[in-house]
Amino acid sequence: MADSGRAGTILEAVGLSKQFGALAAVNNVTLGFESGRVHAVIGPNGAGKTTFLNLLSGEMRPSAGNVRFKGQDITGAPPNRISRLGIGRSYQRTNIFLALTCLENCWIAAQSRLPSSMRFVRPAHRLTSVREQAERALATCGLAGRAGTVAAAMSYGEQRQLEIGMMLAARPQLLMLDEPLAGMGHDESLQVIDLLRRLAADHTLILIEHDMDAVFSIADRITVMVNGEVLETGSIEQIRGSPAVQEAYLGREDAE
Amino acid sequence: MTVLPRLVLLLLLIGLAALVVFPFFAERFYLQLVTKIMVTAILAISLDLLVGYAGMVSFGHAAFFGLAGYALAVLQRDFGLVLLWTTLPAVLAVCGVAALIVGWFSIRTSGIYFIMITLAFAQMLYYYFNDSRAFGGSDGMFIDTKPTIEIFGFELVSLRNRIAFYYVTLGALVASYLIVRMILLSPFGRVIAAIRINEPRARALGYATRNYKLACFVIAGMLAGLAGYLGAAQYGVINPAFLSWHQSGQALVVVILGGMGTLFGPVLGAFVLTLLEEFVSGLTERWLVVIGAFVIAVVLLLPGGIASLLVRLRFGRRMQPAP
Repeated sequence: MADSGRAGTILEAVGLSKQFGALAAVNNVTLGFESGRVHAVIGPNGAGKTTFLNLLSGEMRPSAGNVRFKGQDITGAPPNRISRLGIGRSYQRTNIFLALTCLENCWIAAQSRLPSSMRFVRPAHRLTSVREQAERALATCGLAGRAGTVAAAMSYGEQRQLEIGMMLAARPQLLMLDEPLAGMGHDESLQVIDLLRRLAADHTLILIEHDMDAVFSIADRITVMVNGEVLETGSIEQIRGSPAVQEAYLGREDAE
Repeated sequence: MTVLPRLVLLLLLIGLAALVVFPFFAERFYLQLVTKIMVTAILAISLDLLVGYAGMVSFGHAAFFGLAGYALAVLQRDFGLVLLWTTLPAVLAVCGVAALIVGWFSIRTSGIYFIMITLAFAQMLYYYFNDSRAFGGSDGMFIDTKPTIEIFGFELVSLRNRIAFYYVTLGALVASYLIVRMILLSPFGRVIAAIRINEPRARALGYATRNYKLACFVIAGMLAGLAGYLGAAQYGVINPAFLSWHQSGQALVVVILGGMGTLFGPVLGAFVLTLLEEFVSGLTERWLVVIGAFVIAVVLLLPGGIASLLVRLRFGRRMQPAP
């Protein structure tokens, strides 16, 4: 499913915009994400990538435009509803439950797939299916040995791994990863890239990342955003060879 | 919610045993004093669920405490109800509905705004009862008949009997503790803890966090209602002072002094603070200064409250997470 042919669009943004006062952080973006593919969104800082992700995951309401998931309009739906549809999200700035252990972090993510957690009587730890799901996610993200460690006591790289583990514990079909490699050491980065490649086998991935080597090594499609707009979308070769992209990137880097 | 250290559990059981045998030795004054303390402890447990576990600092929790007393007085005066079986569920229902309304507005805010909005609701209720002739204005209302427990018209227990009242209150305290503990260990309790630590993340994981906060607020309001029911029945009178902000503040002090987020801490806090007040007020007229100094000392020296002292005794530095 992931390697050949068009598998159909799973998530779609149509004319999506977000205004902050006079600033158009995201400006009229129309973009489709194909099922089973790894689609990277790149662009210079301030291009509106994270805001775009926030519009897709319900964290922010768009000023205009629509978001469709499997053909269903989810524009402006709250993040809890979007999560329940099978869309997982990780954050650029580590967003975990620092006071809880790794297992508890994944537990609360896994438990979110129960029809309801408005259950008051039976102790949570008796929910074996939730426990198994949480442990599986911990093992997948490489933290099996850290189940009982409080998240706040771990290294930054490990917290980033836990961030991904929590996302997986909720068993989403579509993963949105906002700079999963940011601030990671070389070895940790390689581990996470390897993990993302394995996840790509049976998930749809939307990936925001600054590490171009990583992007070029795992993405099927790449979209370049500049100033809130889509500059270009295409395969790795197309993006590499695009004069417009080179100009936008090199121009930006000269300024820095 | 973690499992209690063995030592703490042991101390709690010893304390419970002491409370069970206490009426056989106690003078009437002390029997009533301890009954009053247990009522405060139930209120403190309900507030700890809100403040210590769900992270919602309510400064108007006494609203439900006082409202329960008024509900009981009205049920008795206007409907002639005296049975515990009928009045208690009705009073809890009234408090539940009130908490649903107050909570529906309050949970939309957090932090300092949550404090302000809960305080504002409590003060609205305070002035409503204070200025209404139907509810006796600032004099309040009498609750002439103590609730009774009857089966087929045969009076089993009357709360006129001070010892019976004492044991019913003790039972209510133990039940409140166990119910809140059960809730904290349940899937619901885990969500509440997650919301306290990082609400946006909990929402992004699929939890409709407002529903959980509202449910928690209603549960806490009803438990405060249980305390208010017993408190008003014990005194035989209800007046606006029961739902004043002093009362809410006092409950917060008990929770913080005892150790919020520990459940047993606020129970200890209720005993320590009330007994200390009783003792010091016999020594000096300026006893409030002494109490104030004591509270400041505990907050500065024992940030986790009295409970942290007990936990530290047993665990030393091992409570710290491994590096």
